[in-house]
Amino acid sequence: MAKTDVKTGRLERHGLSDEQLRALLRNMLLQRQLDNRGFQLNRQGKVPFALGSEGHEALQAGAAMAFNRGKDILAPYYRDLGLCLGIGLSPYEILLSIFARAADHNGGRQFPNHYSSKAAGLMSFSSILAAHIPHAVGAAYAMKYRGEKGRAVLVTCGDGTTSEGEWHESMNFAAIHKLPLVMLVENNEWAISTPLEKQMAQPEIWKRAKGYGMPGARFNGFDPIETYGAVKEAMDRARAGEGPSLVEGTCYRYLAHSTDDNDMTYRTKEVVQERRKNDPVPRFEALLVEYGVMNEKDVETMRKDVLRETNEATDAAEAQPYPQASDLYTHIYEGAWEPWQ
Amino acid sequence: MAVSSSSATSTVMNNVEAVRATLYEALKNDDRTVILGEDVGARGNVFLITKDFINEFGPQRIIDTPIAEASIVGIAVGMAMEGLRPIAEIQFADFIYPAFNQIVGEAAKTRYRSNGEYTCPLVIRTPYGGGVRGALSHSVSIEALFYHVPGLKIVAPAFPADVKGLLNTAIDDNDPVLFLEHKKTYRLIKGEVPDGHYTIPFGKANVLKEGTQLTVVSYGLYVHWALEAAQKLQLEEGLSVEVIDLRSIRPMDKGAILRSVEKTRKLLVIHEDNKFGGIGAEISAMVAENALFHLDAPIRRLCAPDVPAMGYALPLEEEYMSSPAEMADAMREMVKF
Ligand SMILES: Cc1ncc(C[n+]2csc(CCOP(=O)(O)OP(=O)(O)O)c2C)c(N)n1
Repeated sequence: MAKTDVKTGRLERHGLSDEQLRALLRNMLLQRQLDNRGFQLNRQGKVPFALGSEGHEALQAGAAMAFNRGKDILAPYYRDLGLCLGIGLSPYEILLSIFARAADHNGGRQFPNHYSSKAAGLMSFSSILAAHIPHAVGAAYAMKYRGEKGRAVLVTCGDGTTSEGEWHESMNFAAIHKLPLVMLVENNEWAISTPLEKQMAQPEIWKRAKGYGMPGARFNGFDPIETYGAVKEAMDRARAGEGPSLVEGTCYRYLAHSTDDNDMTYRTKEVVQERRKNDPVPRFEALLVEYGVMNEKDVETMRKDVLRETNEATDAAEAQPYPQASDLYTHIYEGAWEPWQ
Repeated sequence: MAVSSSSATSTVMNNVEAVRATLYEALKNDDRTVILGEDVGARGNVFLITKDFINEFGPQRIIDTPIAEASIVGIAVGMAMEGLRPIAEIQFADFIYPAFNQIVGEAAKTRYRSNGEYTCPLVIRTPYGGGVRGALSHSVSIEALFYHVPGLKIVAPAFPADVKGLLNTAIDDNDPVLFLEHKKTYRLIKGEVPDGHYTIPFGKANVLKEGTQLTVVSYGLYVHWALEAAQKLQLEEGLSVEVIDLRSIRPMDKGAILRSVEKTRKLLVIHEDNKFGGIGAEISAMVAENALFHLDAPIRRLCAPDVPAMGYALPLEEEYMSSPAEMADAMREMVKF
């Protein structure tokens, strides 16, 4: 958890204001509510599928705070609910995606959590693991090519995804061209049912950075302040034209991979319960109370507020119409399309 | 040739020179244009197409990439999504397989999956085809692997003037285009190319030779051989064969094919790619669906046999490929049917 400054005894906060610390907690609480909501709606038979980010809250809230809205670009993966919230998507937009409504950014075409928003600097991506990483590299190249100062691309993926060729190809190219890119790996120890030790022989992913010629660092992804510090440092390096870095945040996936997965087929309840002791959400609540950033009542108010916002967003999104069947035929090419002309 | 241009002047060039001239013009006209691929810099690609470009446009625009095809296309997709106009090169079509997902799963679906919020204006150029003793891994035809994919356009010009007009269209297009260049035609085929900027729309076939007794549909290198065979049959035997150059495979010119078949009442499709599941199968099905009762003979396809590739040894290459003489035989049989 967030370190205490040895000399002053104060919270080491990497320059974050009280307001920003509260925003971190709010994002984390919102993630948890929205996660639960997706799984709930699935159990109620209202939506066919949901993904969760429980265990990733601190990592994603912290990383999002290192993102400069209106400047940077985010190329996320499907477990990045908190990152997408943190860079500006609203709970309503998240729920539109869960409900697959027409007003969703991708018009209900993709699985939940596959957001895109040009306005937010959020690149469109598919479910194909690692395929979005070269896209982030291309975007970073475009920034550098145009000589844009003070901008960077943040691209994320899970530990399992680092086994894909495109991950390695992207690291290599980004390093050769010193691109303004931060590769953030969210190491939650699982890739569906495959554990780290079957994914890689050397499980300290950040150490691979050296082999590609860029700096690497590992941080405790249960701690939003430490995450912010590590990602901010890497983003600032990228923004300053000093090239890419690899940062690895350690966390744990508390829920099953998705609503279609039963994690009890490959791990036990006891193990998950044990790991839950590290739960970043109550720990961060307690920390903010301990350091006087909030009191218990403030926390309670925030929880209620987040629940109300989630409920309202749920109702509003559910009331939206589905896309029409005819929407299947749009946006294939720029104009009208007829394969035979 | 059905190339219209307001320009009065033209220059004789071969296909490779037409590619080079068009790319050069694109780089000159729009600084969002970048070229990326293996050896495209100092060497100017293995066919010297981009030779000296790096001196004029610099290494930021003429990007020698690592040997990593998935990311060559993937990075180009990201560039395109973020406002550049990348032209990615795959050194030989045979090496495109590692990039398959980036082309089919990503580039072709970017617009669709984002509901039109993101687009992918990207050209992927690649030399393909045989007859150059390129053996197993330097002779492949790839069009059938990609033409199944909505979201992608595929072009395969045969003549220098078409190369320029269609490549210009591909570069201007706001969707991904796979631009196939038959490498045997690179230096073999010469022709007048109008000076100045012009475009040729996709989905417009070119009737190279009018005829009344048989329609032959082809593209790429085989268009030249089919034309040669048809002209010979006309001259020596008085047979009247119509030869159509598709030029673009997706979209494809349905009207031109049907108009011709309704006139000649017979259809022969000739292509270098494997017969099974090839372009010819699609054309045959389309004609059967739309013009069955106009036909006076079964549709025929003259294509590569169902084997993985042409071999290096000359007899293996020749057995795989169709020759002008085989094409003439097939045409004669169809006319006489
Ligand atoms: C190319 C590809 N292969 C397989 C899959 C199926 N798949 C989806 S998620 C996943 C596990 C990914 O694990 P990781 O990268 O560690 O991320 P996590 O889900 O743990 O956050 C797999 C195998 C896929 N989507 N894409």
